[in-house]
Formats: sequence, C-alpha cells, structure tokens
Amino acid sequence: MDIYFILGKLILIVIIFAISLLTAMYSTYGERKIAGFFQDRLGPDRAGPWGILQPLADGGKLFFKEEILPVNANMALFIAGPSLSMLTACMSTAIIPWGTYLDIFGTKFVLQVADVNIGLLYIFGVVSLGVYGVMIGGWASNNKYSLLGAVRAASQNISYELAMGLSVIALIMLNGSLSLAEISRNQGESLFGLSGLNWNIFYQPLGFLIFIVCAFAECNRTPFDLPECETELVGGYHTEYSSMKLGFYLFAEYINMFVSSAFMAVLYFGGYNYPGINFVEANLGHNAAVIIGLAALFAKILFFIFFFMWVRWTVPRFRYDQLMKLGWQILIPLAIFNILLTGVGIMLFDN
Amino acid sequence: MNGEAYLGILTFLGTGGLFLLVTFSISKALRPDKPDPEKLSIYECGEEAVGNGQIAFNSRFFVIALIFVLFEIELIFLFPWAIVFSDPKMIRANGSAWTGLAMLEMLAFVFILLMGLVYAWAKGHLDWIKPITVPTETKSSIPNEQYQNINIKYSGSIVKENNIQA
Repeated sequence: MDIYFILGKLILIVIIFAISLLTAMYSTYGERKIAGFFQDRLGPDRAGPWGILQPLADGGKLFFKEEILPVNANMALFIAGPSLSMLTACMSTAIIPWGTYLDIFGTKFVLQVADVNIGLLYIFGVVSLGVYGVMIGGWASNNKYSLLGAVRAASQNISYELAMGLSVIALIMLNGSLSLAEISRNQGESLFGLSGLNWNIFYQPLGFLIFIVCAFAECNRTPFDLPECETELVGGYHTEYSSMKLGFYLFAEYINMFVSSAFMAVLYFGGYNYPGINFVEANLGHNAAVIIGLAALFAKILFFIFFFMWVRWTVPRFRYDQLMKLGWQILIPLAIFNILLTGVGIMLFDN
Repeated sequence: MNGEAYLGILTFLGTGGLFLLVTFSISKALRPDKPDPEKLSIYECGEEAVGNGQIAFNSRFFVIALIFVLFEIELIFLFPWAIVFSDPKMIRANGSAWTGLAMLEMLAFVFILLMGLVYAWAKGHLDWIKPITVPTETKSSIPNEQYQNINIKYSGSIVKENNIQA
C-alpha cells in the first residue's frame, strides 16, 4: 500500500460521489422533462437554456427554506432518518465495478472502490439498512400518516427483498461468485462468436424480470409508491419533513434509482462489457477499451433510469392488497421455480 | 487484498458522513429560523391532531415481518450453497454426481421452508383485506343498467370485473 494507491482511491471516491449526486440531480430534471414529453407539454424551460439549471435552482431552494421540527417529534431520530437514508443510498455505489483498470504511466488504477469478495451480500446488507432510514424518520415524526407510510414502506421493502434475493441466487449459481468484479469479467466472454456479449440476461430472463420488479418496489417508485401515496397518506413518511432533510429523502430516492439501474446493468447486462470489446482492445489499446466500456455502462444505466420514468408515467399505482399478493404469492414462488430451472439447466449442460 | 477493500468501504462511509455534515451545516447557516406554535404543530390535513402519533398499528404487519425473518435466514443459507453448486473444484473432486446431490439437498431444505409459506398462505396471513367498493346512489332518470351497458361496451376486462363485484 503506497501513497498513490490511497490517493487514487480517494480521487475515485470523490468522483463517484460527485457522479452519483449529479446523476440524481439531473434525474429530477429528466423526470420532469420526460413527464412533460409524455403529457404533451414542455416541462421546466425557464432556468437556463431548456431549463437545464432547474435542478440547481431546486437544490438552492431547499437550502434556503426554513426548517420545521415538530414539537412532539423525537429530535435525534428525526435527524437520523434522512441521514441514514442518504448514506445507505450512497454506500452501495462503493462496490460497483466501473471498468477493469486504467493504465496511467505504468501504474494500474483500478476503477472500483472496493472489490469485496462478498459483493452481493454487501449490497443486500446495505439495501436492508435503507428500510431503517424510512422507518426511523416516519416513526420519529409522531404523525399518524408518517407512521403508516413508514410501516407500509418497511413491509413492502422486506417483502420484495426476499424475491430479489432469490432471483440473485440463481445468478450466483451460474457465476459461482459473489464478487461483482468477477461477475462482470465472466460476462466479457464471447457468445455467438462476438466477444463481450456473454451477458447474464440471455441465461436468466425470468430472474431479470423478478429482479427489475423488485427493484421498482425497493426504490418505492410507481407502481409501488404506496409509502408516499399522496391520495391516501398526505405525503407518507416525509409529511413532517422540510428544508434539507426533505431534500435528502427525495435525493435518496433518486440515488437509489441510479444505484439499482447500475446493478441491473452490472448483474444482467454485462456491466462494462460491450460487443467487440476484444477487437477494440487489440486495435486501440487497453485504456481506450476501458473508457468505451465506461461509456457503455453509463449508457445502460441511463437507459434503465429512463425505463424507471417511462413506467412511472405509464402504469397506475397498485392497491395494497395487490402489492402484497404480487410479492408473496407470485414473485417468491416464481423465484424459487427459477432457481430450480437454473439448477436443472446447469446439471444438463455442464456435465 | 481484502483488508484494502474494506478500507475503501470505510473511506467511502467517512466521505459520506462528511458530505452529510457539510450539507447540514451549510443549510443551517443559510436558512431562516422563525418558529411559532402553529408551524411546529403536527400536520394532519389541517385538523388538530388527536392523541399520540406513535399508535399501535395493524398486527398483520407483524406477521409479515415474522415470515420475512424465516425466509431471510433461508436466503442466507442459500448464498454459500449457490457458490459451491457450480464450483469446478467440487465437481472434479466428487464426479458428476455432485450437482445432483447438491440440488437434492437444497430442494429438501427449500421444501421444508416452502411448507411454512404454504401454511401462512392457507391460514390467510398473506391475504390482505381488499377494499370494499360501494357504488354511490344517484338520482337520475336514466336507469343504472344503461350506464353499465355503456361501461361494458366501451371497456376492457377491468370495468367488467368491477361491475360484477359491485
């Protein structure tokens, strides 16, 4: 461990923080623009050219708003709620492999903050902690609507976490590793004679379907946005929040969206791999291949973020009994069936 | 190797904490602070809040949490199983019978837990109460069947289902 290693990691951490915050900020702009497009109107267009400064204006507004701390609220927990939400949302980005490594003047610069060999378990640990942020915040507000929203969020998240975990088990059976770097590397092999196209989606279509539905539920996005369902619960778990603490809750939602899009891209859609990666590496050099791979990963992530928004403005909200039925009675049995299918497939083809 | 990785995560956590602290302090320095009793009261649609907000809620949520714990433990046991299942080293050491045996063991394990899910399902713990829709009475010279006929004529299956329920 030398000083360059630590310095490199620090730079990478700051860049990743900046990128995830920036993506989250511009997701709010993208969401409103896309909503405008779907509903045949313009969306924000006053702040800067095409309204491109709108997220900055919104962020500034949150800083300058007065903060209201309700009298009966539990102050320490009231502050802990949004902080925990924000922190857990950011923490999951630490293990995403953005590429293999860059070769800068003979020094290897690994494009991943931490290659832990229990990568997927780490994600589940951190994602589960996210429930506490909402639950603590909703309970500490001392408001009946907040509490109901928080309880709904908790029970929805734990229900869908199970199906998500089961769908990922099938993926691990295929790859034989929990490390995200290794899962990405496995997907770089060739398929149909084209290098970098051995994506897991071709082996796990059902698993991916379960995963994406659960990702929507975990992010509390429409059609599963019952925790903050405004027609029933005023504002859900963040009814009592204002100023920057409200900002953190909203921000955490968009960061979660970014993170789950990244995981969908890494786990099922090849991560930083793209068709013809070996050809590029042989002709243009290693660094060029890695940078194009980074661009490919971001293109996939942005597509999934767009998909999140597309669904939001297309599908209406579920009813609570439908939500529970889908999670427990359809997705969990389906995920177990998927494990069985994968196991039989491996037995037939590998032996 | 792994120590370095966890150091990376720790640094990440530190950076995140620092970011939160800085944002909260900037926000505290910039925002106005003029509290009054009206502002600080709980917002429940403009009504004065009755009683404490931290009420006891539907015990169904508790049952769901219990079943969740059961399945989460199953999940934790499945993670190491999934890793050794297709491990080439294990297959080489134990021959082609390895995958079959591993699969069978897992099936027995999942079957026992699946029984738990089936039990909860049969007992009705997974069935949430459906909302009862009561159609509003309207005093109109046009009979109700006319409306229903129009609904059935111009709709997909969803409205038809609702009509049957009503």
